[in-house]
Amino acid sequence: MTGRPAPAPQPPAGLGGSRAQQLLAAAFAGARAIPIVWLVLIVLLVWISFENPLFFTPEGILAYLKRSAPIAILAVGAYFVLASGEFDLSVGSLVTVCVVVAARVSDGDPANTLPVIALLFAIGVAVGTFNGFCTTILRVPSFIVTLAMLLMLNGAVFLWTGGAPRGALADNFREIGREGITGIPVIEEIPYSVIVLLGVTAIALYLAQGGYGRRVLAVGDNDRAAALSGISVARVRIGAFILSALSAVVAAILLGGFAGVTAQVGQGLEFQAITAAVLGGTVLGGGRGSVTGAIGGALVLQALFMLLNLYSVESAVEQTVTGLLIIAAVSLAAFRTRGS
Amino acid sequence: VNRAVTRPRPQLPLASAFGRVTDGLAAIARTTSGPVYLVLAVVFLACLIAVSIDGGEFLTVDAIREMLVRSVALGIVAVGQTLVILGASLDLSVAYVVSLASIIGAETMADQESRIALGVGAVLLFGAGVGLVNGLVITKLRVNAFIATLGMALILRGIIESRYQGPVSGIPNGFEDLGFESWGPVPVSVILLFAIVAAGWFLLRYTRFGNRLYAVGGNEEVAKLSGVRTHRVIIAAHILCAVAAAVTGLFLASRLGAGSPLVGTDGGYDLESIAAVVLGGTYLLGGRGGVLGTIAGVFILAMLDHTFNQLEVNPFAKDVARGVIIIAAVAAYSVRWRRRRRRQEAAGTGPGEPAPAPALGGVGAR
Repeated sequence: MTGRPAPAPQPPAGLGGSRAQQLLAAAFAGARAIPIVWLVLIVLLVWISFENPLFFTPEGILAYLKRSAPIAILAVGAYFVLASGEFDLSVGSLVTVCVVVAARVSDGDPANTLPVIALLFAIGVAVGTFNGFCTTILRVPSFIVTLAMLLMLNGAVFLWTGGAPRGALADNFREIGREGITGIPVIEEIPYSVIVLLGVTAIALYLAQGGYGRRVLAVGDNDRAAALSGISVARVRIGAFILSALSAVVAAILLGGFAGVTAQVGQGLEFQAITAAVLGGTVLGGGRGSVTGAIGGALVLQALFMLLNLYSVESAVEQTVTGLLIIAAVSLAAFRTRGS
Repeated sequence: VNRAVTRPRPQLPLASAFGRVTDGLAAIARTTSGPVYLVLAVVFLACLIAVSIDGGEFLTVDAIREMLVRSVALGIVAVGQTLVILGASLDLSVAYVVSLASIIGAETMADQESRIALGVGAVLLFGAGVGLVNGLVITKLRVNAFIATLGMALILRGIIESRYQGPVSGIPNGFEDLGFESWGPVPVSVILLFAIVAAGWFLLRYTRFGNRLYAVGGNEEVAKLSGVRTHRVIIAAHILCAVAAAVTGLFLASRLGAGSPLVGTDGGYDLESIAAVVLGGTYLLGGRGGVLGTIAGVFILAMLDHTFNQLEVNPFAKDVARGVIIIAAVAAYSVRWRRRRRRQEAAGTGPGEPAPAPALGGVGAR
């Protein structure tokens, strides 16, 4: 890819070396591959538990996971797109569109919930396919395609609703984000959103560990080489955009439950998702990263927001602190992966 | 270094038909920004026809002046953005730089004409400082430009929102002239825009910095191996970009007669300036393009805006249409570029540039 310096020097793989050397090299590579994000997460969680002794209880942890679920799901979607070497800036507006459309179409009728969810997934597939098509077939940079998609989605939804979202979400739709399975011993309640998060994680790990995940990384690392070795670059990237859009749909279903119907529900989520993925070791430009890292990054972001909340930091100052910490964390990660 | 590769273009199929009409047109079409001017002409004709059918008048002096003035703010930011994008970087913090610059200008001038120079100086210094930090974080701390400038945007946003809720007064009357005065029929602000565009063009075309910026954006590793101090070039581009955003903040402060915490974000200058740069034919991965294309991109956006207003199109439909037009135009450039490349490869005279990959790999690699 243009302007890309030669890859960072890798530890010698030990072509002719002894088995022990090879193992050592593999262990070294493995240790470097562990994103720093998990260390940061542990520090943040311990810090939170000092401020809030109730945090390390089943309820505390589950509440935290429940709140992290939407951003973690978005981060997983962002991982696929970023790892394939692209950007998706449209997920935040897609979340807004899904929530607003669901409220308007279902209009509070519980019988409509399943068809509405099917409709949302259809919208997600359409948006992802469009993003992927323009990026791969028309060769418009994805930054621009998804930026234009952001404009178009915001414009279209407000055009349709006349500026103010109308309608309401049915109770059984809202339960997905709010309620959980009750009556379980010890932890009492497992929120549905945590179950959804686990399900999404499982699917994403299955995809990422399999052939598709390897093709994503190959395409992101060097799309020409991938194409020459027989990978359909366009198909891999379109798939990544569809996964990203679907993650936005799932996040929207959860957020519709806790946040309610507003035109601001998805604002800024695209940047949070990208930030989470990058905190988790995904490299912008593609070719490196992991699903678990992206989820870790989302958990770090959420822990950070929680901590700032505990200190009742003014929300404006919260922005400044977040900005500083993101730069610090990413630069630390950069030094680790490049071995400065 | 790189200009020999990027500048002279063989005759284009699309442009050659026009090129036969006049040599001048052909010369324009051979530059990177040539096709952008074709798009500009097409958009102009479409807008002219649309407004005429609607029964309005498109080409009044007032309308042109209004379009130009509207282009000034975005145009200045976009010239700065062009520099960083040419260097395979980008700056997402410009919108907040614009806002904070307008506030700093108003606070420093404090309603006194004698402090205008001080205010301008403070704002420019602020811009240079932000750009320096962006550049250092990107080059020395090796944070990806996207994340580094996004982080800077959050930092500035926090500072603005925690300290300023409403407009900040303090712009003296003498300074408001910049926004409203005209020299003859030409508004002073338009002259400012053209001066900055000319400066950007000169910088890219005739200075060492310009050469090096194209080289760094084209291939940072090769530039470094050829002896370019790539970090300095990138840092300088970021400083110029943030200073340009700060100048826009001053201009908007003089138009509004006050500093405003929302003026930058309301204008959407961060993403809009990137859209204008790309609409202007500059390659998002760096190394190819220029300010003349960018300014045409800005004019295209301003013309669309003006036409939609004339036709009283719903503001939300406007966003939809704008999105479609941006994608279509960039797709057209990209198809054209690939077609030409394929022909050059077939003829064995291809320039040593890699195929355009639709990603921000150059930024990611840093």
